[in-house]
Amino acid sequence: MTAASSGAARTSTAFRVDLWTRALAVLLVAYVVYASMQLGFSWDRFVSGLDNGARFLSRMFPPDLSKMDILWKGISESLQIAVLASVAGILISLPLGLMGARNLMPSWLSWTARSIVAVCRSLHPVIVAILFVKAVGFGALAGTLALVVASIGFIGKLFSEAIEEISEKQVEAIRATGASFPNLILFGVLPQVLSRFIGFSTYQLDSNLRNSTMVGIVGAGGIGGALFSAFQRFDYDFVFTILATIVIIIVIGEMLANYVKKVFYV
Amino acid sequence: MSHSLEIRGLVKAYTLGNPVLRGIDLTIDSSGLTAIIGPSGTGKSTLIRCINRLVDPTSGSINLCYGGQRVDLAAIRGRALRENRRLIGMVFQEYNLVERLTVMENLLCGRLGYVGAWAAWRRKFPQADVNHAFSLLDTVGLGTFANQRADALSGGQRQRVGIARALMQRPKVLLADEPTSSLDPKTSFEIMLLLKEQGRLNNIPVIVNIHDVELARRYADRIIGMSGGNVVYDGSAEGLNDDYLKQIYGGEAWL
Repeated sequence: MTAASSGAARTSTAFRVDLWTRALAVLLVAYVVYASMQLGFSWDRFVSGLDNGARFLSRMFPPDLSKMDILWKGISESLQIAVLASVAGILISLPLGLMGARNLMPSWLSWTARSIVAVCRSLHPVIVAILFVKAVGFGALAGTLALVVASIGFIGKLFSEAIEEISEKQVEAIRATGASFPNLILFGVLPQVLSRFIGFSTYQLDSNLRNSTMVGIVGAGGIGGALFSAFQRFDYDFVFTILATIVIIIVIGEMLANYVKKVFYV
Repeated sequence: MSHSLEIRGLVKAYTLGNPVLRGIDLTIDSSGLTAIIGPSGTGKSTLIRCINRLVDPTSGSINLCYGGQRVDLAAIRGRALRENRRLIGMVFQEYNLVERLTVMENLLCGRLGYVGAWAAWRRKFPQADVNHAFSLLDTVGLGTFANQRADALSGGQRQRVGIARALMQRPKVLLADEPTSSLDPKTSFEIMLLLKEQGRLNNIPVIVNIHDVELARRYADRIIGMSGGNVVYDGSAEGLNDDYLKQIYGGEAWL
């Protein structure tokens, strides 16, 4: 009896109804409905769109295989942009990510590094590419620089976070041997984060491969330029050839990334 | 040549006015294994960690005397601190091995205070260090494990690697913070025996924090009982009677 009655009197926050969570959920649903009405979506608009889509698709066949020289020139340039931007981005991100790790660095340094990374991440690669086209002119250099910035913004942050999640115990043991700071990084920190760094880096290479096909649309080099002009001339058959080639490259890149991860047993 | 540690008036307060260590005075020489016992939270770990400065003492001195030299470990910083840490081997409760490195690499970590970063990165350690590592692996009974990754080992094997890593430093003092707490009874005895033997063999003080009073009695040449941040017993294993244990741990039902 007494146990039951005292049990009823006790409460736990685990059973409390959180009104704020419910209010936010209702608000989100309301906004979704409002936004879709604002943008004028309707069923008729969707059906007429489908019609257009069917015509567009039918004009893609048969694919145009006669412009292989243009295709190859653009694709090879895109690959070069992606690989160069990935290598440079990773090399810059390694020290920047280390400097941004709040568990190893003084706060003034980690905040500086984190701010640089945050600025790099805040703008979309295409916008950065436009900026670089204006700054250094049309061509692959602008695209490469844009993707270097994008890479720093992405993996710089991930590197910092990976370093912040390491086990302090292993670092402590290395510190206790009297190791210098560089040796502490090499033996106490790097082994703990290396496999994740490789994972992030292959992901970034994959991301840069995709983005390198797009920066060309704003004149920053690569297959994107050819793709954009093919669209404008309604050469949908050539568009199809380009898109299929991009898909194949991304798939090959994916397989390569998996192989690299397996080698380093991520 | 004998080595010793002289601790005088050691105080550590993590929060102001609430000291964990309340003025410790101890002299520990190389005549065997010293066990520090006491309830959880009484500052055993803090005391050990003050010696190699993983924790910074609030006040007091910790003099390491070796080969005619005398260094106050509590007063140094920067390069001097790193160079003196090389003289102090430490064994951890949870082994603290670098999980993704091989056993050999973990042992060579003990030499990181002597090897430059570029050489360490390329794993270009002096051949003498590598030979020393192999002989230590034989000593701790892991002669065939050099190329295993640390995360593939059992608890007892890991702690042996931890001890070998500390011995790689050719330390003047060997510290062990609850080295057997995560191990089964048989392995615990083996680890204690190994620590004791290595202390005698190298003629260095061995200081072991330990929860297990029986294990301490069996292997320690000297037992230090701590309670509430003070030393309340300091003497031989035989002299540690129930009265002292009551004073150290409180209560008596468990005796």
